[in-house]
Amino acid sequence: MILSRVARGAAGVAVLLVAAEVAGRTGLLDTQIMPLASTVLAGAAGLAADSEFLHDVSATVEVWAEGLLLATLLAVPAGVLLGSLPRAETALRPVIEFLRPIPSVALIPLVALIAAADGTMKVTVIVYAACWPVLVNTMYGLHDVDPVAKDTMRVFGFGRLAVLLRVTLPSAAPFVLTGVRLAASVALVVAISAELLAGGEGGIGVYIVRAGSGYRIDLMLAATVWAGLIGLVVNALLVRAERGLFRWHAARAGVTQ
Amino acid sequence: MTVANGGRLRGLALRLWTVPVVVAVWEAAARAAESVYFPPPSAILARLRELWFSGPPARLFLSDAALADFLPSLGRMFGGWALACLGGIALGVAIGRSKTLAGYVDPLIEFGRAIPPPTLIPLFVVLFKADARMQVATIVYGVVWPVLVNSVDGARYVDRLHIETARVFGLSRAERLTRVILPAAAPKIFAGLRLSLSLALILMVVAELAGSATSGIGYELLYTQQNFDLPGMWGTIALLGVLGFLLNSSFLVVERRTLSWHRRAGRTK
Amino acid sequence: MLDVVNLTHTYGSGPEAHRALGGIDLSVPEGQLVCVVGPSGCGKSTLLRSIAGLVRPTGGEVRVKGRPVTATPDDLAVVFQDYSRSLFPWMSVRDNVALPLRRRGLDRAARRTAAAEALAAVGLESAAAKYPWQLSGGMQQRVAIARALAYRPSLLLMDEPFGSVDAQTREDLEDLVLAVRGHHRMTIVLITHDIDESVYVGDRVVVLTRAPAVVAADLRVDLPGPRDQIGTRELPAFVHLRSEVSRLVRGRPEFSMTPSQIDKE
Repeated sequence: MILSRVARGAAGVAVLLVAAEVAGRTGLLDTQIMPLASTVLAGAAGLAADSEFLHDVSATVEVWAEGLLLATLLAVPAGVLLGSLPRAETALRPVIEFLRPIPSVALIPLVALIAAADGTMKVTVIVYAACWPVLVNTMYGLHDVDPVAKDTMRVFGFGRLAVLLRVTLPSAAPFVLTGVRLAASVALVVAISAELLAGGEGGIGVYIVRAGSGYRIDLMLAATVWAGLIGLVVNALLVRAERGLFRWHAARAGVTQ
Repeated sequence: MTVANGGRLRGLALRLWTVPVVVAVWEAAARAAESVYFPPPSAILARLRELWFSGPPARLFLSDAALADFLPSLGRMFGGWALACLGGIALGVAIGRSKTLAGYVDPLIEFGRAIPPPTLIPLFVVLFKADARMQVATIVYGVVWPVLVNSVDGARYVDRLHIETARVFGLSRAERLTRVILPAAAPKIFAGLRLSLSLALILMVVAELAGSATSGIGYELLYTQQNFDLPGMWGTIALLGVLGFLLNSSFLVVERRTLSWHRRAGRTK
Repeated sequence: MLDVVNLTHTYGSGPEAHRALGGIDLSVPEGQLVCVVGPSGCGKSTLLRSIAGLVRPTGGEVRVKGRPVTATPDDLAVVFQDYSRSLFPWMSVRDNVALPLRRRGLDRAARRTAAAEALAAVGLESAAAKYPWQLSGGMQQRVAIARALAYRPSLLLMDEPFGSVDAQTREDLEDLVLAVRGHHRMTIVLITHDIDESVYVGDRVVVLTRAPAVVAADLRVDLPGPRDQIGTRELPAFVHLRSEVSRLVRGRPEFSMTPSQIDKE
């Protein structure tokens, strides 16, 4: 069963690649505009050994990781605080509801003016965008804690802090990780957007813009392939972490918006 | 009636009291700081009004500039969103109902949705020469995934008994699709549509910022940046926030109406 | 009306294969109400799903009115145990009942009338505009029965139709089936795990063995009509038959009757 699924998936990918190749070779697609699939794949393979491109990839990964880490460090305590203080939550919810829909990418031109350094600008915008999924899921996780478990602890004479540490946080942890996973893909989108819009010393977005100005469509597509692969790997790692750490947790869906 | 309304007003006031407080603190802090980069909200509002809301009352106070900016932006956004929705639902339901088809395209979908959509903007710029088509293409590519993935999910997990009931009572294929599969998948599909609507706004902005648009809200944002018009920038960003908020809330209203059976059926069980 | 000839069915293949039906022969004349009883997981539901054309059996044949079943036969209806999943929550009660009537070539007005009549027959004329989830479990199962009645099938299959309702409702629904059966001339095959119920409702009780199921016994129920929940159950003939069926199934140690194990294959 599993084998046939893998075989079907591979066949699907192969058919698409072959169709693109044939369309290019027979002149159905203008190779000036849409390069051959084989050219793109060869380009992607070449990029893996291209030190300039690798430098760009590491620049993107660096701002992405930094932004995601900062966002997590900010949003998890904030979410725990708001989630355990219902009054504070009701008071701040409208403010959150007004801030959340602001498209983070719209901040790029503004932050680019205010922030002196290019890296600061990117990290700031990423933090803004990545905060919300973590915050919302953390708050959701705190609400989802089984009241019976909390009462049980209280009955045995544990204080609020002990209940927080032993019951509330462990049972909210899967939601937090789901929030981080969602934030990771948002952060990657924003990182690359910032590179496209504001340039900077390096990054996948910067590389693609450079390739575009030289009309190297094959290299643009090759870099896009790598961007997709990085996204896939990050997501797969985080999904695996969720499954490994929280095997006991059934509802892994989380809140997406 | 009046009692209920009064109660509702008081409830609203209790929930929203922090908003004026936050704005007041912001105003005071910005005035004290006197930084060019952080104008007070009053200045932002004044600039916002000057830019877009100085028109005649008959036009909801929208100025010519507002019409010239909002209409093309929103047109491209809704156009791209609608295209992606139609395509995503049709394809998603087909994939969700056919295990064979799903087997062939699953890896392609996983890969396609992993590509950050803005990555493709430079490519679309080369392909479509930075006109509206490039912006619509960016939006369609970016927002189709949540619709597609949620439609696949919704159509795949239709209760087997629902399908068997439809078969036993001799519903045709078309009837099974429109009366059983689509309604059963609707809650999931709607979740995807809502997610993609807020994504569409983001991609509209990115596409306008990156594609050197000649009109639109994103263009206005760039224009204010180049003229170092900070109140204008803050105002545009706030406007986008309000727009996002309105889009999401109005979609929620439609969703609640359409799916009232789902919400209430879930509650009674 | 219904002929089942040497029906076999195996789920899966290789070492994990599960033989559900081991060669079932059954013939039901027109107008009869047959109850099929058997132990949990013995393949009762597989039998019913084969008759309904929902499962393609691995061997043997099912014929309805002499024609082999390949897809769901035209004038066959099913009432499933799990009413909450077989009624469509996005449609009103009326629309649920009227939906299958499109196949009967009725126009909108005629469909509404037929639905109203069927709902009246199960005592739910006032619930037409409600949604299924606004009704109690027993009422929902009435809606499912009304949907089957409105369809006017000549063969009605019922799969543990009263397995998910409380005891009082169960008795009411049993009497409802007996009543509507008097009005509409229908052949009914009712699957149940409840021995009392099979004797009370049926003209005939067919006992299946555990999987792979074959027919263990085929008994006529000769009880006077109209049946009555208290009187009929006190009759010596009823008690005798019930004991006989019980003994037939109890002879097999695997025959367990705990409700939690009701077969759900």
